[in-house]
Amino acid sequence: MNRQIITTLLLASSLALAGCATTPAELPPQPTGAPTTTTTTPPAPQPMGPAPGSRADFMASVLGDTILFDTDRYNIDSEDQGILQSQAQWLGRYPGKNVTIEGHADERGTRDYNLALGERRANAAKSYLVSVGIDAARITTVSYGKERPVALGSDEASWAKNRRSVTVTVE
Amino acid sequence: MKPVFARSLALAFALSLAGLAAPLAAQPAPKPAPSPKPAPSAAATAAAQAEEGLTGSVTDESEWQDLGIAIPTFPTNEMLPTAADGGNTEALGRNLARVIYGDLKNNGLFKPVGPDALPAIAFGEVAAPAFANWRGRSAEMLVQGFVKSASDGRLTVGCYLYDVALGSELARQGYVVKPEEWRRAAHKCADMVYARLSGESPFFDSKIAYIAETGPKGNRRKQLAIMDSDGANHRFITNGQATALTPRYSPDYSKIAYLSYLNGTPRIYVYDIGTGRQTLVTEGKGPTFAARWAPDGQSLLYSMAIAGNTDIYRVPVTGGASVKLTDSPGIDVGGSFSPDGSKIVFESDRSGSQQVYVMNADGTNQKRVSFFGGRAATPEWSPRGDQIAFTHIAGNLRVAVMNPSGGEMRHLTDSWQDEAPTWSPNGRIVQFFRTAKSTGRTGIWQVDLTGRNERKLNTPVDGSDPAWGPVLP
Repeated sequence: MNRQIITTLLLASSLALAGCATTPAELPPQPTGAPTTTTTTPPAPQPMGPAPGSRADFMASVLGDTILFDTDRYNIDSEDQGILQSQAQWLGRYPGKNVTIEGHADERGTRDYNLALGERRANAAKSYLVSVGIDAARITTVSYGKERPVALGSDEASWAKNRRSVTVTVE
Repeated sequence: MKPVFARSLALAFALSLAGLAAPLAAQPAPKPAPSPKPAPSAAATAAAQAEEGLTGSVTDESEWQDLGIAIPTFPTNEMLPTAADGGNTEALGRNLARVIYGDLKNNGLFKPVGPDALPAIAFGEVAAPAFANWRGRSAEMLVQGFVKSASDGRLTVGCYLYDVALGSELARQGYVVKPEEWRRAAHKCADMVYARLSGESPFFDSKIAYIAETGPKGNRRKQLAIMDSDGANHRFITNGQATALTPRYSPDYSKIAYLSYLNGTPRIYVYDIGTGRQTLVTEGKGPTFAARWAPDGQSLLYSMAIAGNTDIYRVPVTGGASVKLTDSPGIDVGGSFSPDGSKIVFESDRSGSQQVYVMNADGTNQKRVSFFGGRAATPEWSPRGDQIAFTHIAGNLRVAVMNPSGGEMRHLTDSWQDEAPTWSPNGRIVQFFRTAKSTGRTGIWQVDLTGRNERKLNTPVDGSDPAWGPVLP
């Protein structure tokens, strides 16, 4: 269903482009695999913006998908709580949606310990979401230890960004 | 013969000063092989006492390093084609001597000269060296050998160690190997020379499992790989589709326990090298990591996180119920058995930061042993039982050793990030991996117990998480 809507939107936008006075340098390719029969579905009026319940919708609705931790710590501070509460609200709106919480550590630790630490951080975030009413069965955790840094420097600023948990919606 | 014996003792003594020798009682000083000498008396006792007084000290080993060892090409009785490297037995003889040269050169104890810098010898000379010529080259020790190919393709390699000054044979061994195993014959020969001259246990004929790394820091591709102790016979086990981490060879080299993100979450698998099949170490739900083999290979330790709390478990290698060994609310992780299997050293942050603890193998009597400031992680018990290597985190990450009670801590390395030590089979060399600041590039390094002889291993790509296995039978 979502794909059909997107296809329709793409068609509409390419038609709009074709209608412009100036010819685009490069025309969008013809949509392939879009049989004309799909046009029998009347284009429902769609609000602009991401599809409800999608990952993009999650990102647009919450204060953030990431919370940060101090070195070796896994406590949820008030800023983290605000972010997690906004995630909980979104989850409350889409009871059919599940999330995975990824736990990460910075590079300045040993590998096995960092895997355990990432798991601990992911679980701290999960526990908070459960404490505000989200069913634990909707939340899985995975630790990446120090394997997946987002900031690539070897300095305090980068490490602070990498000590994190990230909530990812399951599509 | 007396001067020889005195000199042999002097060598052993120099080694003990370097903190590298086994107790003389356990491993007598080298004696000329053909005519065993009477038990050492006054001199040996004095040396033994001196050694006791110097336990753990690090002194200069330059005297020992002056020992020159000549290793000419191993001649063959008949040039025959072989499937081993070189294509024929004559070329193979040179390759054998090169491998022995590489082994002896790279441990920091000897100054060998290899076949590419030495004249060839005749087949008949192998058992009857031209000592006068070697004295002229100021070689003190001489390693000669031969290679023969049998009709079934099998190779016979002879290995002889001579004391040039004395003109006498110190040791000899012979090996029959399949052509594809020719390097093992060279490693066994190097092991014989090393053990005879140092009084230590051998270690060259062994293998290493590690993680081969490629790609940028933010997206590293990590593959399980294996190689011989000198980096030869390199082979990738996994293709890198799923991140692989922290392998450990089983004591008999038949299996490798390692972590894989194969199904999205980190789990320990036991990979059977013969069949290529792998099984989960436990069907338990939580993520598992930090697999460690018991010395007898019959059971494994692993760490499992449940609701964020990590504890150490033990499970029979054949499967079955796991036994939970730790139960603290903190992170208990890793674990390394004492050589007799009676104790386990592990890491826990139950005190607030990573520290090293020792417990009985059944989980009882857990006691913290590291009390020197900073964090202490990844403890590994030496195969000799006398030392624990670990990662000391105080600013930088450095490889250090301590005794099993936590005393006599000293650093072996001093770099930005060195971690995860693993012992050579004889407990004399520690291998670890080093990460470069900023780039995240990794490499496998090793260092001897003096901390002086440090070198990087040659791997085809970056490497981390080394795990050294025992000497092959």
